[in-house]
Amino acid sequence: MSAEASSPSVIRVQLFASYAERLGQHVIELPADGVRTAGDVLDRVRALPSGAAIGASTLVAVNLRHAPRDTPVKAGDEIAIMPPLAGG
Amino acid sequence: MYLTRSPLTLSTLIDEVASADRGGIVSFLGTVRDHHGGREVRALSYSAYDPMAESVSAEIVAEAAARWPVRIALQHRLGDLEIGDVAVAIAVAGGHRDEAFAACRYVIEELKRRVPIWKKETYSDGTVEWVDQGAANSEGRRGTATQ
Repeated sequence: MSAEASSPSVIRVQLFASYAERLGQHVIELPADGVRTAGDVLDRVRALPSGAAIGASTLVAVNLRHAPRDTPVKAGDEIAIMPPLAGG
Repeated sequence: MYLTRSPLTLSTLIDEVASADRGGIVSFLGTVRDHHGGREVRALSYSAYDPMAESVSAEIVAEAAARWPVRIALQHRLGDLEIGDVAVAIAVAGGHRDEAFAACRYVIEELKRRVPIWKKETYSDGTVEWVDQGAANSEGRRGTATQ
């Protein structure tokens, strides 16, 4: 969304619904160092306080598309970590 | 736009897809139930990852329109809803009923599977919970144990 606002060495992650509430924030910025895939992002966020709330059924999106854990990510990508969906 | 904060009206969606050469119109309405998991639901609130929900909805509609010769209208409501309110409305018009039923079914099933929307329920005892929360709790423990 605002890639230009982030420094190149930062991965910006959006959290939604119960995850945003549990972790107390809607956006997290992680050091990009060593983060290569969507799965790496998930591991970093799970290591944060209350990160255990992020379960095995968690969905990751990269640039508005559902992304398997091995999807490559880089600083500036729009990354989202989402609880199981409940629309409809 | 597939997401709206206004009440949904099925007739509007039907008007969007109906035409003289389409003899079969199928519609689906998803409404707010008064119970969940044995508890009485008083109200609920839908939220979304808006830009992704819009683009995935567009993808699903395009997929269905590519697979069947139909026109499709889809809307999902966000915000605070009451019991009985329409949360999602779909209208599909085809030359015949078979493709209209098939496409309508495809759209609602794929929406539930892929469109990033969440709901938070308020129960009659005043407690408020995200509907995913039970799953997130148990799977969270399992997920961390295996890493």
